[in-house]
Amino acid sequence: MSDSTGHHASHATHEVHEHIVPVSTYVTIFVSLLILTALTTGMAWVDMGRWNLVVALVIAVCKALLVVLFFMHVKYNKGLSRIALVAAVFWLGLLITFTLSDELTRHWEINPLPWAGAILPMFRHLIF
Amino acid sequence: MSTTATIDHAPGAPAEPQINYLNARYGVRSWLLTLDHKRIGLLYLGTITVMFVVGGIAATMMRLNLLEPQGALVEPETYNKLFSTHGIVMVFFFLVPSIPATLGNFLIPLMIGARDVAFPKLNLLSWYIFATACCLMLYVVATGGVDTGWTFYTPYSSLHSHTDVFLAAMAVFIGGFSSILTGMNFVVTIHKMRAPGMTWFRLPLFIWAMYATSLIFVLATPVIAVTMFLLMLERVLHVGIFDPALGGDPLLFQHMFWFYSHPAVYIMILPSMGVISELITAFSRKKIFGYSFIAFSSLAIAVISFLVWGHHMFVSGQSVYAGLVFSVLSFLVAIPSAVKVFNWTATLYKGSISYEAPMLYALGFIGLFTIGGLTGLFLASLATDVHLNGTYFIVAHFHYIMVGGAVMALMGGLHFWWPKITGRLYPDLWARFAALVIFIGFNLTFFPQFILGYLGMPRRYAMYPAEFQALNVLSSAGASVLAVGYVIPVIYLIWSLRNGPIAGPNPWGAKGLEWTTQSPPLTENFVKTPIVTEEAYNYETAPEPEVARV
Amino acid sequence: MSEAATVHDNPTGFSHQFEDLEQQREAGRLGMWVFLATEVLFFGGMFAAYTVYRSLHPMAFDIGSHLLDVRFGATNTAVLICSSLTMALAIRSAQTGKKKGTIIWWLVLTMLLGATFLFLKFRFEWYHDYIEHTIPGFGFHNLPQWGANAPQVQMFMCFYFFMTGLHALHMIVGIGVLAVLTGMAGRGKFTSQYFAPLEISGLYWHFVDIIWIFLFPLLYLAGGRYPH
Repeated sequence: MSDSTGHHASHATHEVHEHIVPVSTYVTIFVSLLILTALTTGMAWVDMGRWNLVVALVIAVCKALLVVLFFMHVKYNKGLSRIALVAAVFWLGLLITFTLSDELTRHWEINPLPWAGAILPMFRHLIF
Repeated sequence: MSTTATIDHAPGAPAEPQINYLNARYGVRSWLLTLDHKRIGLLYLGTITVMFVVGGIAATMMRLNLLEPQGALVEPETYNKLFSTHGIVMVFFFLVPSIPATLGNFLIPLMIGARDVAFPKLNLLSWYIFATACCLMLYVVATGGVDTGWTFYTPYSSLHSHTDVFLAAMAVFIGGFSSILTGMNFVVTIHKMRAPGMTWFRLPLFIWAMYATSLIFVLATPVIAVTMFLLMLERVLHVGIFDPALGGDPLLFQHMFWFYSHPAVYIMILPSMGVISELITAFSRKKIFGYSFIAFSSLAIAVISFLVWGHHMFVSGQSVYAGLVFSVLSFLVAIPSAVKVFNWTATLYKGSISYEAPMLYALGFIGLFTIGGLTGLFLASLATDVHLNGTYFIVAHFHYIMVGGAVMALMGGLHFWWPKITGRLYPDLWARFAALVIFIGFNLTFFPQFILGYLGMPRRYAMYPAEFQALNVLSSAGASVLAVGYVIPVIYLIWSLRNGPIAGPNPWGAKGLEWTTQSPPLTENFVKTPIVTEEAYNYETAPEPEVARV
Repeated sequence: MSEAATVHDNPTGFSHQFEDLEQQREAGRLGMWVFLATEVLFFGGMFAAYTVYRSLHPMAFDIGSHLLDVRFGATNTAVLICSSLTMALAIRSAQTGKKKGTIIWWLVLTMLLGATFLFLKFRFEWYHDYIEHTIPGFGFHNLPQWGANAPQVQMFMCFYFFMTGLHALHMIVGIGVLAVLTGMAGRGKFTSQYFAPLEISGLYWHFVDIIWIFLFPLLYLAGGRYPH
């Protein structure tokens, strides 16, 4: 946690120091984003079967990271903003993962292995 | 203001009336346009009290109906609307905002040494959003209510119910934004506005609890919002993602609903636990046992609460494998709560204990919450839940935690901080009497329901087999005692506003920054920003109580 | 002072509950990030539902995906990326103390790009879907070649409209916020020391862009556009 001693009192005219991102950086990121958009659109016409979706999502994550790190300044502002974002994405992951753990396993058969049914009687036999 | 000649002054109370947040400005506009977190807390207190009465009336009618096996008062269709109204109003419009929006709003800036919350205008906006949602819900209730249960399960709620599900869902949707704004405000306030010297580990445990609660507000509430939004769309378009005709899965609704609603129950109990930590230390005049354990257990509860929602769906058709995982995790979530109970008990040990009303509520909480929590373990077990799900055992379980826990903590906290909020003392004899009546009434109402559930009486039924009548009558009788118990504090607390003895800054001799400032506080809380130099709950340096101990 | 206890206009931009402007700035930024976290979960709920149904009905969702026009989807993605650039430049021009005309120029450009996005979506994509009877709840028409997949194709279209509709709603709000900021810039409110409203609105705008960055591949490209 940042700010371990609480914010010290200073008068309201305290200078605000902020990292100023050069225009060239913004333009580079912008061009990269356009290239990645063209890439993901083009890749849709390549037959990769199930991997089409994976590739598309990976590219989307890259684009999102570029926006987050540079346009939203997360690269330059360390600390809580990163934690907030990571936590939100992680929590969404919990929702998706646990819901899928139900939806995708609903039709799993309960087939105990042949020897599994023998375990409990064996224990009883050994103990009593 | 009453003349000082005829009103008692507690020792330590100022001789002359002082300027404070209540008398700094007068008039309806100064309240409706206030940016003061303390006034906003009181606005919330008024609103949730109204909703509590509405939910309580629904409960009264339900318990009256259950006096007879064939239903004594209403038709089954009406009974369905009654339990739905009771659930929706009590959960979304009373319990979820209760301690956070009232005591949280009032106390957080005071406890951390700040002048206000980070975003006062958003704070006021959150109350207006909440009040709008309440008005909408009251309109729904007045025009016939809904009969879906507070859980709004599809496809009944989305396609088949003839009641106004759309507006009820919208009321919950709108109310959710009030929670989100409150949570945002608290997170930023606690991170950024602590006074100099107020490190994280010097914070009162109420703040830790409120912080953990705010994390849940922020992460869980948006999911219920989108779920209600989708339900609203389906009601209007007559087609949607929960529509079975399109292959929609009713269980998906339940997953999304409970992803919020299980953490929501921790929204309801975590702040209560924070209050109890404050009460136990103040009335045993002793440093809390295991401060960091309690602090971290609040965070642990907040995190683990998101991993257990499937335990509401064990018998709904959910996969057995998912059920296994949720069951194990549900056992895990009990551990941090148990840690707190152990630590509170250890705090009491060798403490200098007194039995004022707030302490009675706190002690009652520990016992009743423990019962409620332990019965949760029966329900976390897949094998027993199969038999107990859908019965009164569940009803008793959650009422022990919600009413025996959360409401008792709210009452205890209101009494404890009443002198700070109003500058007046209430008559402690009546307060202790009311606490006792509430405790007895509560147990008479809800303990029989454990037995009824165990014996197999289903919940949400307007009628029941004749052999259950005795226990039902006992439960309804208990409810009438409980109702009386809730009315008594309303009377003496309102009485105290004009006629109670004037309180000093620290009637209980408690530790905490809120007790270092006048009662009631100034609008900007402190004359000078406090500087914190000692650990929390350092009762060795605590002042003597201004009122005699009991 | 009790004067701060009611809503009033604050000419200097500094709010009295804070100790100084830097604390106010940090608090504002953290507040917006926490709000964006809530938005991740708000949209995320729908993403979760979409993921579930897509896993269960991949073929039907593929058919549904082919009902969407990739050209408009890709163009709109590019439009939003441009708008993120112009937004970042608007903030930067305030931060570097440029005159208010520059800030207003970049803000107006951002709004125009946002409006372009909405125009392309509503006038071309949604109107086309309306004509073709592929809007659920508005005369949805099953095509015979969908066969048994027809109900889930309609389900896909439900998701398409709900998700892009919610996104469009957020864009409309964003354009409204930008209009307010343009007004503030016109009145000379922003200096190199005080541009927090621009910064935190920028965070919101970039976030709405990111949502679309995920919506485009998930809705338009998911099943692949190769012949199959």
